[in-house]
Amino acid sequence: MSDELPRGVISSADRRRPSVRWTLRICQPLLLLAVAVAGLGPILWTVKGALSPTQELLKDPLRLWPSDVQWGNLASAWRELSLGHYLLNTGVLVVGCWFFQLLVATFGAFALSVLRPRYGRFVYHAVLATLFIPGTTSLVALYLVVLHLPVTGGSIGNTPWAVWLPAGAHAFNVLIMKQFFDSLPRELYEAAQVDGAGPWRLFWQIVMPMSGPIVSVVSLLAVMSAWKEFLWPMIVISSPDSQPLSVALPRLAETAQQNQVIAGMLLSIIPPLLLFLVFQRHIVRGIGFTGLKG
Amino acid sequence: MTTVQLPRGAPPGRLGARRPDAAPRARLRTLRARYGNGFAALLFLVPLLVLFGWFAWWPIGKSVILSFQQTNLVDAPTWVGLDNFRFLFHDALLWTTLKNTAWFVALALVIGFPVPIMLAMLVSELRRLGGVFRVLIYLPVVVPPVVALMLWRWFYDPDFGLFNQVLDYVGLGPYPWLQSTASAMPSLVLAATWANAGSTTLIYLAALSGVPTELYEAAELDGASIWRRIWHVTLPQLRGVILVMLLLQIIGTFQVFTEPFILTDGGPEDSTVSILLLIYRYAFLDGDYGTAAALSVLLAAALAVLSAIYLRLTRKWSTS
Repeated sequence: MSDELPRGVISSADRRRPSVRWTLRICQPLLLLAVAVAGLGPILWTVKGALSPTQELLKDPLRLWPSDVQWGNLASAWRELSLGHYLLNTGVLVVGCWFFQLLVATFGAFALSVLRPRYGRFVYHAVLATLFIPGTTSLVALYLVVLHLPVTGGSIGNTPWAVWLPAGAHAFNVLIMKQFFDSLPRELYEAAQVDGAGPWRLFWQIVMPMSGPIVSVVSLLAVMSAWKEFLWPMIVISSPDSQPLSVALPRLAETAQQNQVIAGMLLSIIPPLLLFLVFQRHIVRGIGFTGLKG
Repeated sequence: MTTVQLPRGAPPGRLGARRPDAAPRARLRTLRARYGNGFAALLFLVPLLVLFGWFAWWPIGKSVILSFQQTNLVDAPTWVGLDNFRFLFHDALLWTTLKNTAWFVALALVIGFPVPIMLAMLVSELRRLGGVFRVLIYLPVVVPPVVALMLWRWFYDPDFGLFNQVLDYVGLGPYPWLQSTASAMPSLVLAATWANAGSTTLIYLAALSGVPTELYEAAELDGASIWRRIWHVTLPQLRGVILVMLLLQIIGTFQVFTEPFILTDGGPEDSTVSILLLIYRYAFLDGDYGTAAALSVLLAAALAVLSAIYLRLTRKWSTS
């Protein structure tokens, strides 16, 4: 982070005082140790667990590293638990959720912020209103809606659509996207209009090229949250074959070999972990951006 | 004074409330003349209207209707008046559940709430490795909750769990963790705190970097000690964020589900059944959608009040 403080509570003068200096010198390594154990510990334990024989995990839990590293366990877990299949299911769900969240947020915010139809205020307030009622409280009704869509009829239960489409109805994305579009200079739209650009070109050639930062923030939040999703996919995707990894793992844990299950858990940690490490700056900034939990 | 960093000085919170002066209003009119007969906008709004209609607005209304109905997904639903609520209030498990959830919320406030504040204050005083600390602190948030909880299930195991083994090493325990009615809930809170503290800490860090350093300098010149500076400068400056985080945490912990579902399945002796877990059981184990909806409506009403306070607060601060 480049926005490091020039000073915080403790000033340079304080830092020269021996009592403060020594307290900091002792506290900071301890803090680093604590944070490293809490942050890295469980992930490293998963790595160890995935490479250990199950017996050893039970007999000697304090062991730091397996006596006999079982690389083969990863391959057999992949094969026997069909982890690749579940991973693909997760991937399909994540990509769809990302697409629909972005589609609704960019198109909707563009209409509300740039085109500003007269009825825009109503739509905007109706979107805002859903923020008051957390999605979990309409879980049951949502489930029945998915089984029988209002107006058109038909069921999308047990298909990826049941996860994709409800993900799109995410008010927060629309809000931050609209907030960003509101901050773009309206003179640009005028200029584009003089040049004869229609709304479609305005969207793709003026607004979108300037929206890189917000699109990447919303994308990252969408992908990370879709990857974590558990309750909703568990409810709507009933056939075990189509379940994502997060839903399949607790089920597999009941019957499968434990070290293979841990290999599956490791597999489910790695993609979001890599994503976080690569886009760390965006995500950390995104939290400042949105003020919301990831 | 908020933490929220927004692009190019857009007013946070007051979305769309940019009060256009005369010139932009004229401009808006010309834009409207060009695009704003509303039709083009309507086309752009189709995805939003369809998806919110189906999956946000309709289910909210449907929840209320469902709570007065009995339905089994096969026959047409029948109206049953207040029967669902009556059944709900006569279910002894409901009162256990409410008590459990309140206990979880309270414990999460006592155990979990101060952690991110203290972490952020410590990390913001670092002169080196700030980035490393931020990454390490955020790591638990990256782990999918289900996986994290399956890990904690290993750690909590009374016989070969990591925690009891480590405690045994220093001559403590064994503790029953998830196996006793007294310690099950605190164990859930511990796991939840570990999983969630990271993102809140980063929000506090962003807030801390917004505290004007002159305030500290002035306090220092007045001879305020480090502790007094924290008490009289830092905490008052963070007051807004702390209040918002408090509300968000209460709203979030009221909806606790995955922790008891994975770690205890509501046990031992129903001591960790949460409201959402009960809704889940009514609906998806008993097939009693009416009662599940009735409880959902009650939960939604309680949360809507909290959310309204939250939105009011964030709005007020962003404009002041």
